[in-house]
Amino acid sequence: MVQLTLPKNSKIRTGKTWPKPEGATNLRTFRIYRWNPDDGENPRVDTYFVDMDTCGPMILDALIKIKNEIDPTLVFRRSCREGICGSCAMNIDGINTLACIYGMEDVKGDVRIYPLPHMPVIKDLVPDLTHFYAQHASIMPWLETKTNSPAKEWRQSIEDRSKLDGLYECVMCACCSTSCPSYWWNGDRYLGPAALLHAYRWIIDSRDEATGERLDQLHDPFKLYRCHTIMNCAKTCPKGLNPAKAISEIKKMMVERVL
Amino acid sequence: MAFKTDYARVHGLGSAHEGVGHWWQQRLSSIALLPLTFLFLFPFARALGQGHEAVLALYGNWWHALVAVVFLIVGFNHLMSGLQVVIEDYVPTKPARTTLLVLNTIMNWALGAAGVFAVAKIAFSA
Repeated sequence: MVQLTLPKNSKIRTGKTWPKPEGATNLRTFRIYRWNPDDGENPRVDTYFVDMDTCGPMILDALIKIKNEIDPTLVFRRSCREGICGSCAMNIDGINTLACIYGMEDVKGDVRIYPLPHMPVIKDLVPDLTHFYAQHASIMPWLETKTNSPAKEWRQSIEDRSKLDGLYECVMCACCSTSCPSYWWNGDRYLGPAALLHAYRWIIDSRDEATGERLDQLHDPFKLYRCHTIMNCAKTCPKGLNPAKAISEIKKMMVERVL
Repeated sequence: MAFKTDYARVHGLGSAHEGVGHWWQQRLSSIALLPLTFLFLFPFARALGQGHEAVLALYGNWWHALVAVVFLIVGFNHLMSGLQVVIEDYVPTKPARTTLLVLNTIMNWALGAAGVFAVAKIAFSA
């Protein structure tokens, strides 16, 4: 049956409390998940104090400040710092989001930061997304055509192009899939909201010639039908997208094929 | 640990090419159960506590017997597909999952058939 408690070696312990910066008056407390695969210890939550007077407004600013000034061993992914690369996805104050576009003022009290839920952790705030990326690759995230390529380009009307709005913006940060209970329980076979949103993006692309094959591939009790419209994906998406809606559109197309 | 790529793991045994029938039928049975539940429960609740004769009279009526039979068939069908999803969601290991799925099918067919037989017996002996 479903495992309701963490295994012994995964139980989170209270970690180190790092010294407060000298002379700072405007302090904010950060409680951050730490785990090092090399020391054989259980995960722990370390406490850091950051001087808000000398820190940027976003959670990522604080993480970078902690790494630069307090604890260089803290590990996390980051790159673009403007919500377009999806690297800094993590669980902040109980919500999966991007640290770079999540404001410090949106968190009340201590800032609690954990890696994305229910994924294997590589170190500290870095989850292993290999399986997640393979799921994305499996839905053929590219234009699939049989007709010879036109001399110039595959043409698309403005109307058809607008159908991709709300889909193409996905940055594959994995916030949605890792917030989905169905993905937690059956993530090995269920493709999850992110991969399915991308699948739908190519299914409704007017230029694509593999719509039927794409639907054939998704027609499976686990790949697609583990979605029970829980809607965590839409609630958590840092880009404001709605993967649940895309999934229901796929389900509607599946029915359309048999009626 | 098998030396398998993640891509191969994701593809697994490929698509089962089923699921749409189950999903669509679950939606249809939910809609059907909205009126059926009321049509079945109100007369049934009225007959409760009124003794054997009242129940015989109720299901001796062709309309109530028909509603009861349809309710039982649609209801147990809906219960079976709903429980199937719950088992698939929450029972991860293969022998346990398969056993429970089979038991789920047997239980719902047995209860549904017993219910239909009981109503039919009353209806046809009235």
